[in-house]
Parts: sequence; C-alpha cells; structure tokens
Amino acid sequence: MSALLEVKGLTKRFGGLTAVNDVSFDVHEKEILSVIGPNGAGKSTLFKLISSFLPSSSGEVLFKGQRISNLAPHIVARKGVVRTFQETTIFKSMSVRDNVIISHHLRSQASLAGYFLGTKTALADEEEFGRSADEIVEFLNLGEIRNELASNLPQGHLRALGIAIGLATNPSVLLMDEPFAGMNHDETMRTVELVRGVRDRGVTVLLVEHDMPAVMKISDRIVVINFGEKIAEGIPSEIQENEKVIEAYLGSEDDEIGM
Amino acid sequence: MMLKRNQIIGVGFFLFVIFVAVPWLIHVSGRWDFYYTLTSVALLSIASGGVWLTFYIGRINIGQGAFALTGGYVAAILVVKYDVSFWLTIPIAGLFCAAVAVIIGLPILRLRGVYFAMITLVLTEVARLTALALPITNGAKGISSIPLPGELSILGLTLIPDFSTVANVKLAFYYLAAVLMVLCFAGLYRLVNSRIGHLCRSLQQNEELASSIGVNTAYLRVIAFAISSFLGGVSGAIFMAISRSIYPASFPVKDSVDFMLNCFLGGLGYVFGPMLGTFMIYFGWDVLFTTGKYQLLIYSAILILLILTLPNGVLSLRIFNKRGTAK
Ligand SMILES: Nc1ncnc2c1ncn2[C@@H]1O[C@H](COP(=O)(O)OP(=O)(O)O)[C@@H](O)[C@H]1O
Ligand SMILES: [Mg+2]
Repeated sequence: MSALLEVKGLTKRFGGLTAVNDVSFDVHEKEILSVIGPNGAGKSTLFKLISSFLPSSSGEVLFKGQRISNLAPHIVARKGVVRTFQETTIFKSMSVRDNVIISHHLRSQASLAGYFLGTKTALADEEEFGRSADEIVEFLNLGEIRNELASNLPQGHLRALGIAIGLATNPSVLLMDEPFAGMNHDETMRTVELVRGVRDRGVTVLLVEHDMPAVMKISDRIVVINFGEKIAEGIPSEIQENEKVIEAYLGSEDDEIGM
Repeated sequence: MMLKRNQIIGVGFFLFVIFVAVPWLIHVSGRWDFYYTLTSVALLSIASGGVWLTFYIGRINIGQGAFALTGGYVAAILVVKYDVSFWLTIPIAGLFCAAVAVIIGLPILRLRGVYFAMITLVLTEVARLTALALPITNGAKGISSIPLPGELSILGLTLIPDFSTVANVKLAFYYLAAVLMVLCFAGLYRLVNSRIGHLCRSLQQNEELASSIGVNTAYLRVIAFAISSFLGGVSGAIFMAISRSIYPASFPVKDSVDFMLNCFLGGLGYVFGPMLGTFMIYFGWDVLFTTGKYQLLIYSAILILLILTLPNGVLSLRIFNKRGTAK
C-alpha cells in the first residue's frame, strides 16, 4: 500500500518545551489510523501541525508527495486534508442543514461575483449542495433535525454534525481530534459506526484519541506517542501487547488501556 | 432567489413613499428643510450600511468616518483641481476608499473584537490628521466653494441636468441620495441572501471552522471591508457636493461612532437595520431639540434603554418580522 499522507520528522517546540519531537509515520489510503497517548503527550499539537493550524519547528507533512505543512489551513483543506474540531465546533446560529451546505464551499464552481449575480453555475452549485447536504445529513442520522438550530443540539448530535461538516468538504483525509471525548459507551459505539461509515465512503481517517477501547475497536493501525515522541506503531493487537505502551499508560491512568 | 409577494408589495410601498409621497408632502407643507434632513439620512444610511456589512463578518467597525472623509476629499480634489466631472468622482472616490481598505485591511482584519474596533477608531483620527497635514488637502482651511455637479450625458443624451440650472437643488440632491440608497440596500440585500451572505455568517460565527472547511477567510474579510469602505467613500463624496466644501473636521470620530450605533439600533441581523437606525437616530435627535439642555441626556437614556430592551435591534420587533421585508 502506498502512503497518502507522510509525516516526516515533525517537531514542534513551544519555547523550551518540545511538544512533538521528530515524529514520523505514514497514513495509507482508506485506512483508519489513530494516534494515541496519555494526556499532554502532544496529540493535539501533532494534529494541529498536520492540519496546518500551527507551523512546525522542523520536519514536514506530505500529501500525495506534496508538502502541505506550513500552508494556510484553507489551502490544506482545498488539497483534501480537512480537520474536525475537538471542541464541538459548529456554526451555532445556523440550522443543521445550513451548516452542512456551507461546508460544501470547496466544491463551488461559481465565483463570488457569480453568486451575487445568480449565474447558472451559481444556481447549479446551490442545487447540488442542497442535494448533497441532504444525503450527508441522512447518512449521519440527522435527517429529522435538519432544520434545528445547531446550538440546540445535544452532544451526540453535535459530534455527528461535526463529522457531517467534514464530509461535506469531500475530503481525501479527514482528521478528527478526540471524536469520542465526553461520550458514554452507547454514544461512542454509535460514533464508531459513523466513522467506519465515513471510511467506507472512501475517506481516509486519521484520528487522535484518548478512549482506548474505542480506538482498539475502530483502528486499522495505531501510532502511540508519549512525551512528544513516537514509542510504537502497529495494528491494535500488537499495540495491546507492546511493553512500552503498557508502561506509558500504567504511568498515568492504568485502567484506560481497556485490557 | 425570487422575492415573495408581500416583499414586492413592501418594496413597492417603500419606493412610492420615498420618491412620490415624501416630495409631495414637502411640497404641500412647504417644509423644504426636510429635504436636507432626509438627504442626510439617506447618505448616512449608505455609510452605515457599509459598517453593517463589517459587523456581518464579525468585526466592529468604528472607522467609517475615515472613509467618508477620504471619499469627500478625493471627489473634491478631482473636481476642483483636475476638473473631473462630479459624476465620475463618485465611483472613483468609492474605489479609492476600497483600495485603501484593502491595503489597511490585510493586516488589521486579523485582529478581532475590541482590538479591531480600537484600530478603526484610530483610523478616523488618522484620516483627520492626514487631511490637516497634506498640501493637497489644503490643511485646516479645507476645500470650499466647490461647484455644483455638472451635467451627466452619454452620447449627447442628458441623463442628469447641470445642478446649477435645476429649479430645486435640494430636491435634486434628495433624489440622488435616495436612488443611491436604494441601490446600496438592494445590493446589500442581494449579497446577504446569496451564498456570499452565508459565507459571511460562517465567518461571523466561527472563523477557525470556516477556514478548515476551505473558506479563504482573509480574502472574504478584505472584500467585505472594501465594500464597506466603498460605501463610506461614496456617501462622503456626495456630502461634499451638497455642502460644497470639505474640511478635516467634516467627519469626526462622533460620526464613526454614530454609523456603528445606527447599525446597533436598527439591528445587526437585518439588512435594513442601518437604514431604520439612521432614520431614528437622526430624527430622534432633531425631535429632542425642543428639550433644550436635556437633549443629550434624554437622547442617551433612550438609546441605552433601546439597546438593553431590544439587543437585536428595533427590527427584531414582531411587527417588522411579520411583514417579511426585513432580513
Ligand atoms: N500553544 C501552546 N503553547 C505552549 N505550550 C503548549 C501549547 N499547546 C500545547 N502545549 C503544551 O504541549 C504539550 C502537549 O499538549 P497537547 O498536544 O495538547 O497534548 P494532548 O493533546 O496529547 O493532551 C503540553 O505539555 C502542553 O502544555
Ligand atoms: Mg488534546
């Protein structure tokens, strides 16, 4: 399998603190790869480096062989590497459907002037976005609340909406920061299914996660980091047996590895 | 996007009022001074409409006075020193201000909240000091005795007559301001109800998310700010033509603050908010003139009360929403 996304020697220093230290791994097409590690290991920082929300101190990220690190986030998104947010970040004062429609922005054919004038291309865009948004909304089981204001949604639906927003951009790679955070067991299992569904649509998923049982269940491969450094990489069964990983987790919260 | 039936009726009624009913009422009542008041309201609401658009992308803009002043000076200098037709100076003043907004906006639009607001407030003062200092703006003396707008003709066909030959200059300026106000708000309405408006709202609600779904937020912010400043420049140019003069103090900080208040009062969520807000503030102030020394006190108290009781603006009242022309 060829690498779709290559993380090469990525390093981030905040003053004296090295939050991510020389981390390298590949993400293959259509796999679900999880990055795990104890609190403060540098997962979120790594995530922001890959999505270009933070500039790296050194190292680089390649997408289809092209460098994407240190570009503006919207350009990285345009290339097909899109992030969802850890905090359930959505457009609060828009309906569920409008949230998803606006997120089709990258697919627009018409220019801003075209939208202002209401050209044929612009009208075609609007129609296509509406249709696609309805499909995505159904896919994530949000159909019944499509016209609900996003700020009124409960936690579980918000997470699904976050994924819907990501899907609407038609990404090659979807980056998710802790998609299961704050969820109970049932919600987690439902979201695991949603993420699987996303992958089955042909999207490569890279997620950063804390919830070990969910990660073990969902991932094709796992990368483990601790104190900013990669300490292991492999399929879930290998990771569960890995001495270093057990040690890292025992050092912090021993029940969390879910074994 | 088609207008609904009651919207067409609303718009038709509005156009009838400003183009037929108002001139007729003024004619029969003989209150010619109202033309000046209403012309000012129209022009101020154009400038406020621009400010409203910057609010719409989530930025508090207290700098519109700077652009109105710049627009006024650009038009005045072109008319007086370079003998350019006033009609041509309207778009030039607007475009000049838009260009300035792009240059200034690129760095400052990264700032948010109170930081952006403070910088724009400073802009108004910078514009005044620049007008005082530059040789071309003629310092504190400003530019006065500016000729009235000449004739506008295309291929020998007179579209607008020379203002020095028309019977009623006040009426002519009123029509000019009213037409531009209608164009401005029709344009803003279209903008906000198109996908661009949707993009602006995404920016207002969450810039980080907007950029992660691929929106070029910096570009969109600059476009909105440029449109805003274009409108400021246009209204400044026409003010200059009406008063036939322009001074560094023509648009002080108070005006910048008023442009912002107009938007607040009318409602930040409604395109026609700034128009209503301007009307209310301008007339409210005039009506309170009879209260003498208590004018400012009563005026401020009412403003505070209105903003406290109607945080989403006067247009958020139910009666306006039923009619359906708002938003
Ligand atoms: N913007 C920042 N400035 C300084 N230090 C930071 C910043 N962001 C994260 N850190 C530090 O980097 C380390 C890794 O944090 P983070 O990536 O959030 O870890 P995780 O997501 O794995 O819990 C922590 O010690 C954190 O305090
Ligand atoms: Mg984190």
